[in-house]
Amino acid sequence: MKTVIIKYNAGNVQSVMYALERLGVSYIYTDEESEIRSADRVIFPGVGEASTAMAYLKEKKLDLLIPELKQPFFGTCIGMQLMCKHSEENDTKCMGIFDVDVRRFSAIPGIKVPHMGWNNISNYGSELTQGLPDNAYVYFVHSYAAPICEYTVASCDYIVPFSAMLKKDNFHAAQFHCEISGGVGQQIMENFLKN
Amino acid sequence: MLTKRIIPCLDVKDGRTVKGVNFVNLRDAGDAVALGAMYAEHGADELVYLDITATVDGRSTFIDLVRKVAHTINIPFTVGGGISTKEDVSALLHAGADKVSINSAAVRNPGLIDELAREFGSQCIVVAIDTRFIETPLGREHIVHTHGGRQATELRTIAWAKEVEQRGAGELLLTSMDTDGTKDGFALELTSIVSSAANIPVIASGGAGNMDHFYDVFTNGKADAGLAASIFHFNEMTIPDLKQYLTDKGLPMRLTH
Repeated sequence: MKTVIIKYNAGNVQSVMYALERLGVSYIYTDEESEIRSADRVIFPGVGEASTAMAYLKEKKLDLLIPELKQPFFGTCIGMQLMCKHSEENDTKCMGIFDVDVRRFSAIPGIKVPHMGWNNISNYGSELTQGLPDNAYVYFVHSYAAPICEYTVASCDYIVPFSAMLKKDNFHAAQFHCEISGGVGQQIMENFLKN
Repeated sequence: MLTKRIIPCLDVKDGRTVKGVNFVNLRDAGDAVALGAMYAEHGADELVYLDITATVDGRSTFIDLVRKVAHTINIPFTVGGGISTKEDVSALLHAGADKVSINSAAVRNPGLIDELAREFGSQCIVVAIDTRFIETPLGREHIVHTHGGRQATELRTIAWAKEVEQRGAGELLLTSMDTDGTKDGFALELTSIVSSAANIPVIASGGAGNMDHFYDVFTNGKADAGLAASIFHFNEMTIPDLKQYLTDKGLPMRLTH
């Protein structure tokens, strides 16, 4: 089994690598098309800002490659947002795998943006959420989110309800950070890796 | 619902935990990785590792430790202590820290906050503010301190909190030097004012002595997270008991047991 983590300029992916190592899974960290195409599974993590991340993906033509992939694919945090159609963050056109627009949380008095910390997810509908307790807690850090849509397979509530996880065919995505979400995050990663 | 967070803080010197940690189940209480893993297992929501080493050798030992912690635990952790450049931050994040906390360096050079937020993203930049309520020519005021709270600056705490938010900090770690070590409770009024003034999460620190102190700081103090060291290290309260207590009082907590 060949697992690839896509290399791009969106932040620090060290914790994702460590999480895979804890699960005993070896991986290749690369931005090369042939390596990505030949992978059995692809992980697309990321922390960062949408427009600079998209610019890098375009430069490497990864924005065209990724939507064509047929193997199980898992994007997290900014990775998930880049898989949507558009992000309000610096008015960025994204890859459009999920036909939904990412919007900024509008702060209301007493409620802070970014949404940072542990929040519970519900309304599960994907093989990645199998075996999770109801209302499992996972760790979020983000200021932008995708609304609930036809691809939502786990939802969360902060100021408004939003998509915690999305799924379409072989494409899976999570807004939260599985790699630092305790046992729940580990379960989701294991579910993806055996899929 | 977004939960309130409980954060144990571990002081580290030359790669080992200090402050007479007293745990029967740990073979080596100085083992900062094992201690962090135990807290994670007990349901800590995040960890803070503070490097109190002053030497260059100690710094590289600390980076090794950060790497081991990141390898071992599966919850977020913040590292702080003596961070003053972009290179320091880069080394710690690459070693696997989720966030870094800067303190004196931000006071010396506020532009560092902007620079770090641009380079690494606000989500991983925590600004630590040590504050003391002191006599000034204009009366008693909350004033930012450096050097472990020994040296007063000219910065007013509340204005500084707003400024660091504007500059791109993602979170504040507010330590009241007046309550720190007293076990009489957190500085509620100040925490509440800072938390309302800055639209980013505030971690309250200094003064935790019992479970009600946490309840108070999450309600009256409007804190997003509560940090403590000795009460956890000396096993005066356990994290599962604390989280159960706060849950029973109606606060949103992440229960893992």
